[in-house]
Parts: sequence; C-alpha cells; structure tokens
Amino acid sequence: MSTATIDTRPAAVPATVVRGRGGGGPAPKRTVVAYGFWIFILSDMIVFAGLFAAYAVLAGHAAGGPTGAELFNLRNVFIETMCLLLSSYTCGLGALCAERRQPARFVVFAALTFGLGAAFLVIECTEFAGMVARGAGPARSAFLSSFFTLVGTHGAHVTSGMIWLVYLVAQVVVKGLRPAVLRRLLCWSLFWHALDIVWVGVLTLVYLMGVA
Amino acid sequence: MLGRLTWAAIPFNEPIPLLTGAVVVLVIVAVLALVTVKGWWPYLWREWLTSVDHKRIGVMYMALGLVMLLRGFADAIMMRTQQAIAIGDAQGYLPPDHYDQIFSAHGVIMIFFTAMPLVIGLMNVVVPLQLGVRDVAFPQLNSVSFWLTASGALLINISLVIGNFARTTWWNYPPLSELAYSPDVGVDYYLWSLQISGIGTLLTGVNFVTTILKLRAPGMTYFRMPIFCWTALATNMMIVAAFPILTATFAMLLLDRYLGMHFFTNEAGGNPMMYVNLFWAWGHPEVYILILPAFGVFSEVVATFSGKGLFSYRSMVLATLGICVLSFMVWLHHFFTMGAGANVNAFFGIMSSIIAVPTGVKVFNWLFTMYRGRIVFTTAILYAVGFMVTFVIGGLTGVLLAVPPVDFVLHNSAFLVAHFHNVIIGGVVFGVLAGYNYWFPKVFGFTLDERLGKASFWCWLVGFYLAFTPLYVLGLMGMTRRLQHIADPSWRPWLLVAELGAVVIFCGILCQVAQLYVSIRTRERRRDLTGDPWNGRTLEWATSSPPPAYNFATLPRVQSVDAFWDMKRRGVSPIGTAYESIEMPRNSSVGFILAFFAVVIGFALIWHIWWMAILGLLAAVITAMAFGWSDEREREIPAAEIAKLERARLDRRQPA
Repeated sequence: MSTATIDTRPAAVPATVVRGRGGGGPAPKRTVVAYGFWIFILSDMIVFAGLFAAYAVLAGHAAGGPTGAELFNLRNVFIETMCLLLSSYTCGLGALCAERRQPARFVVFAALTFGLGAAFLVIECTEFAGMVARGAGPARSAFLSSFFTLVGTHGAHVTSGMIWLVYLVAQVVVKGLRPAVLRRLLCWSLFWHALDIVWVGVLTLVYLMGVA
Repeated sequence: MLGRLTWAAIPFNEPIPLLTGAVVVLVIVAVLALVTVKGWWPYLWREWLTSVDHKRIGVMYMALGLVMLLRGFADAIMMRTQQAIAIGDAQGYLPPDHYDQIFSAHGVIMIFFTAMPLVIGLMNVVVPLQLGVRDVAFPQLNSVSFWLTASGALLINISLVIGNFARTTWWNYPPLSELAYSPDVGVDYYLWSLQISGIGTLLTGVNFVTTILKLRAPGMTYFRMPIFCWTALATNMMIVAAFPILTATFAMLLLDRYLGMHFFTNEAGGNPMMYVNLFWAWGHPEVYILILPAFGVFSEVVATFSGKGLFSYRSMVLATLGICVLSFMVWLHHFFTMGAGANVNAFFGIMSSIIAVPTGVKVFNWLFTMYRGRIVFTTAILYAVGFMVTFVIGGLTGVLLAVPPVDFVLHNSAFLVAHFHNVIIGGVVFGVLAGYNYWFPKVFGFTLDERLGKASFWCWLVGFYLAFTPLYVLGLMGMTRRLQHIADPSWRPWLLVAELGAVVIFCGILCQVAQLYVSIRTRERRRDLTGDPWNGRTLEWATSSPPPAYNFATLPRVQSVDAFWDMKRRGVSPIGTAYESIEMPRNSSVGFILAFFAVVIGFALIWHIWWMAILGLLAAVITAMAFGWSDEREREIPAAEIAKLERARLDRRQPA
C-alpha cells in the first residue's frame, strides 16, 4: 500500500497537539487492514440484523404448519453450540501460535477448528434434512422461510470460513508465517469470532425463545 | 441448456426497444472497432482497465455516471412526451407495458447508476488528495468496487435487448414483484444488477471509512479535515450501515422468487409491508448518501470562490453528523399511508421535520461564508447559488410532506415527484456538476470552458423549474404519479410546460457535451500550470494538475483547517524535497475479471442457466483465490526516480 511509507522528517507539528486525534500520519498497514476488515464485519452484521428482523416479524407466522416448539431439538442445538464456541477457543489458540511464529502448532489448532466447524455443519445439515423430510421445508410457511434463511446464512458463513481456513493453512505451509499471511490470518480469526457472536443471537432468539 | 432464454427474448415486434438496442449495440461495436484498429487496447488495459489509481478509478466512475445520465434522461424525456401527448382520446406512442418498464428503468438508473457513480467518482478523485495521502486504504479493492458497479449497469442495459426490464417501479414492491404477478425476467434483471452493484458500493464504503479514519497526512486531526472529507466520511458510514439492509432485503425477495419462500408473499404468512419497511430503512439513508457529498462540494466551492474560510466549520461538521444519524430515523415517512397509527406517524413526522434543522444550519453557513466575500462568479459557484435557492424550496415542500395529514392527500402524487426531483436535481445533480467544473482542471490539467459551462447551468436551472413546478401544481390538482394516459384535458397546459422544461434541460446537457468538446480542443490554451487555478484552500491544490501517480512526493504537514491556504499565507512549500522511496500499489486485473464473471453469473441466474451460474461462481472464487495468494501488490519507486520526476514537474510549473 502506497501510504504505508511515511515521510520520516522531523514533524513540524508538536506531537502533543496531534496525539490521540489521529494527527500522526497514515497508520501502519496491519492496523489499516484489520480496521478495514472490522468495518466489513460490521456491514455483515447488518445483513444478519436484517435477517433477524425478518425472523422476529415472521416467527409467529407458521400458517398452520409446524412451529418452532414442535421442530427444535435443544439437545442437538446444545452440542452444536458447544462445537462452535470451542472452535472459537481453538481459533484463538491458533492465532497465538501464529503470532509466536509456530507454524506446526498453528496447523494443529487450525485442524481442530476445522473439525469443530465441520461437526457444527453436520449437525445443522442433519437438522435441516430432518425438517425437510417432515414436510417442514423453507417453502412451507413464512416462519420456516425466515428460519432457514437466517440459520442457513450463518451456516453458509461457517462453510466459507472453513474453505478460507484451508486456503490460509495452505499459504502458511507454502509461504510460512510472513507478515502478509499473518494479516490474512488476523482477518480470518476476526471473521470466525464474529460468527460466534451471531450464533449466540441465533441460539437465543431462534432456539431458546422458539421452544419457550 | 439455455434455461428460459429463447429467440422470443429479443423484442422483434417492439420497434422502440429494438431500434434503441440496435443503436446502442452499433455504437459499442463501433467504439470497440475503433479501439482495435487504432491499437489502443494495450494502453487502455494497462492505464485504465487494470488501474488501481484512485484518480483514474474516479474518472471511470464519472464517465459511467455521465453515460448512464444520458440513458436515464432518454427515459425521462420519453415519459414526459408520452404524458404530453396521451391526453383524452389520444393514446400516445408508448403502450402501458413499455411505459412501465421505462419509469422503472429511469428511477433505477438515475439513483443507482448515475447519481451513485457520480458521487463515488468525485470522492475517489478528491478524498485522498484532500487528505494529503497517496491512495485509498485498499486500492485493488477500489478497482473491484468500480467494476462491480459497471457490471450492474451492463446487466441493466442488456435487459434493453434481451428480455425486458421490471415493470414494478424503482422500489420493486411485493406482492407485485413476486413470481405470481411478475413471472418474467424483468424483476430478476432488477434484483441481480442491484445485488452486484450493491456489493461494489458496500466495498467502496468499507474502503473510504478506513481511508478517512486511518490514512491522513501528518498533523491532519479530525477537526482539520476538509468539509468534503467529513461529508464523504458520513456518506460512507451510511453506506456501510444501510446497503447491507438492501442486500438482505433483495436476497429475501430472490429466495421468494427462486425457492418459493414466503417472506413477502400474500400467502403462507408472508408480509409485503416488511419489504417496504426494509427497503426504506435503506432508502432514506440513501437519499443522504447522495446529498451529503454534494453539500461537501458546495462547502468547498463557496469557500474557495468567496475567498474566505467556511463560516462556522464545526457547526458544519456537527450538522453533517447529525444528518447522518437522523437519516436512519425517518424511513416511515415514505409510507405514512401504511396505517401504522397516529402515534407512529406523529413520531416519524416530527423526526422528518427535525432533520431539516441541520440542513438549515448548513444553508446559513454557506450564506454567511459568501457574505462580504470577494465572490468570483465561476460556473461552479453559480451551481452553488442555484442549489441554495432550489434546495430550500425542495426542502420546504419536503417538510410539508412530512406532516402526515398532508401526506395522506399528496401521497404518490405528482407533487411528490416534483419534491424529490427538486432536491435531487437541485441538490445532487447541481452538486456533481459544480464539483465536475471545480475539480476538472485538477484531474486533467486544463480548465473547462466557462461560457458554455454557464450556458449549461442556466439551461439546467430554467429547465428544472419549467419541468417540475408544473408537477407541483398538477399534484395539488390530483394527478397521481406514473400515469401512462391522462384522462383530464385541463392538465394539458401544465404537461406541455413540463415537456418544454425537459427540452431545456436537454439543451443544458448538449451545452455540457459541447463544453467538454471545446475544452479538449482548446486545451493547450487552458493548461493549468500552477496546480492551483482557483486560489484553493485545501491540499488537492498543493500538487500539480494532473497530480503525479503518487500525488505528493513527500506528505504535506498539516497545521490548520484549509491547510494549503495556511501554507500559502506562511510562505511554506507544501511539498518538501527530502525524497524517499515510495511504495505504490501495482495494477491489478482482478477487478475486471471478477466483474466479468459477475456479469456471467447474473445473466445465468436471470435466465435460469444453472450450469453457467455454477461455472461462473467457481471461476470467480478461483480468481479471488489466485489474487489472494500474491504477496507483492506494491512496487517501489526509488527516491532518485522521484527526484527526477519532481524536477521535471517543477520545471513545467509556473509560480502560483
């Protein structure tokens, strides 16, 4: 990035004047990349906010079809939730290893994260397939349309996160933990943690309130 | 094999779209042939199509916006003509089916593919220069943004020749836009072209928020940023907060149409009014996404040509951010007639009136800036003055419409059409044209012809009043919007005046084209050798016109608002001579290639050609992965080369 090079002449502006108000010149690249990715995640959160709002409006519109209380199995949802939360933990451990330049350990934690994500997806797909088999597919009622879309969009994010992880592990193996790769890993882990936060919302609004 | 696509998709029996389509295709083929014969492809590919330079991308955005302005205007004058003819017994020349497509396309094109590219183009050109830096935060992403926007525009124009466009207005409200009532491809063209360009716009938002908050010249604290950067920041924050709502809403409608879901249907518990709420939760911020950068342009233009600093800079910043927040709290005023009840309507009515307050603050700030200034009446400031008068009228009719009982009478009437054209033409279009005249010399190195510029301004101003004042009257007389046929002959005189207004605006557009042509022909006489043709105040005037690829050889040190003015006053050179090597982003074809596959995917999904959609998606993912693998996205320009370039630049330059 062009702006990463900062003119290093002595600043004509006293540091005391500009400190804390963003007057210190362009930020380093790692900051810029992580900050930009954060903003992107915020926009992604707003997509979810739209889907949550639609679900909140339509949750009661089962149109004579099955309701959440009849469809949801909290035991499976609990296992699912634990898989995802644990995967955030292993993701965090992996990020620490990456920062310490320990590629082998990083790959182990990445594999664990991938496995937990895959377990989550398998449980979710089984749940979806069971519902469709019972005639409770997304076209059955407005409630089910919004349910499948909200939960499915989260699932699609998890899937793309896993593909992205494999791709990044390949980069680590081939190129090592160099700064460019570390920046990409940082973005990926922000993404993965954000999916956890969304899932907490899904768990509460969809499943816990759905069976109540 | 080809899904729904058959020869029946080509409108052989409808002469108007067929002829228009044929002309457009001919023009495109002629341009491509010319480029091929002249051997310009390598130059175009290297310097423009794959460029990640924010100035070049800005120019391409502006070019896209101006071309689409012509397309949208053609739709407008066709509608005006139909309404001026089809009165009483006469049926006019546009059948309802075609007329409905035209008003839908007009709205979509003007908002998404004219106003947005023009505004984003101005921000691209100006923001990094005003911040005193060398590019945006993510230059390659910027190229992706532009090309995705262009893809959306291309898809919408393909609908002219292959298939048809939506007949569902630019809002595309369900249940009309559901599969049951709009089974053909029109609505799918609408949805996919806006989804693709929407991603581009969202990425622009991410890019510019990061740029403005994280990349500024040393010493440029928040309260030393030029006002245009503040308005750009507010606009891009609103893009990040509002566009995802539109993406989610369109995704739900697509699921209804493609997978038989029931978000917005009448059956199985769907709720069409939810679409309306979600659409305007994006739609009202969108209005301010467009107008705030125009406010920024006027602030710069008024201060520069009055020879004074902007009156009450801080209140201008506060007003901008106030509008940014309030714009998310007024969406329901677009459909007071929904029946949400008196209390809800009262809340949104009051909020809608309150949002006029910060706008009023701004108008007074501009007036006080001009007060006792030494005003130089260039084309740009004429637009600013024309804007102030016109926008205040538009704002007042807006406050009138914000009163729910009044709105119940005027909802969906020609009065409303007059109101929003009043603020969009008087605000956004005038703002963009002011910015175009003001910053053109910075980008191209020569000024635009003032005589033709002023002629164009007067045509736009007079034409606007002739075209839209009658619509206020007609609205009060009870004319609803989108009429293909007028039953009441007493409306004829007003409709003829409106038609005349559209013709005068057309003269304005012709003057604009002539201005560009004449200015290019006489460019040697109008070279801007100082880099500062208007005696400017902000950092974009501190470098040469056109600026070098790296904008500033050394980053300027900012000590106050109006940084460049301050440097001129103190006699300090904005650009030092202690050159160091500069890292510049490398050109990248990733944006162009991704956009190509986006068109393929969009077209395939519109026509249900599933294999093509899957292949296109795979190709897009592989392209992104291939790009994501590379680590060398910058090239370094050594200090010695910078010194050489700068010497050549200073030799060309004359003292200001």
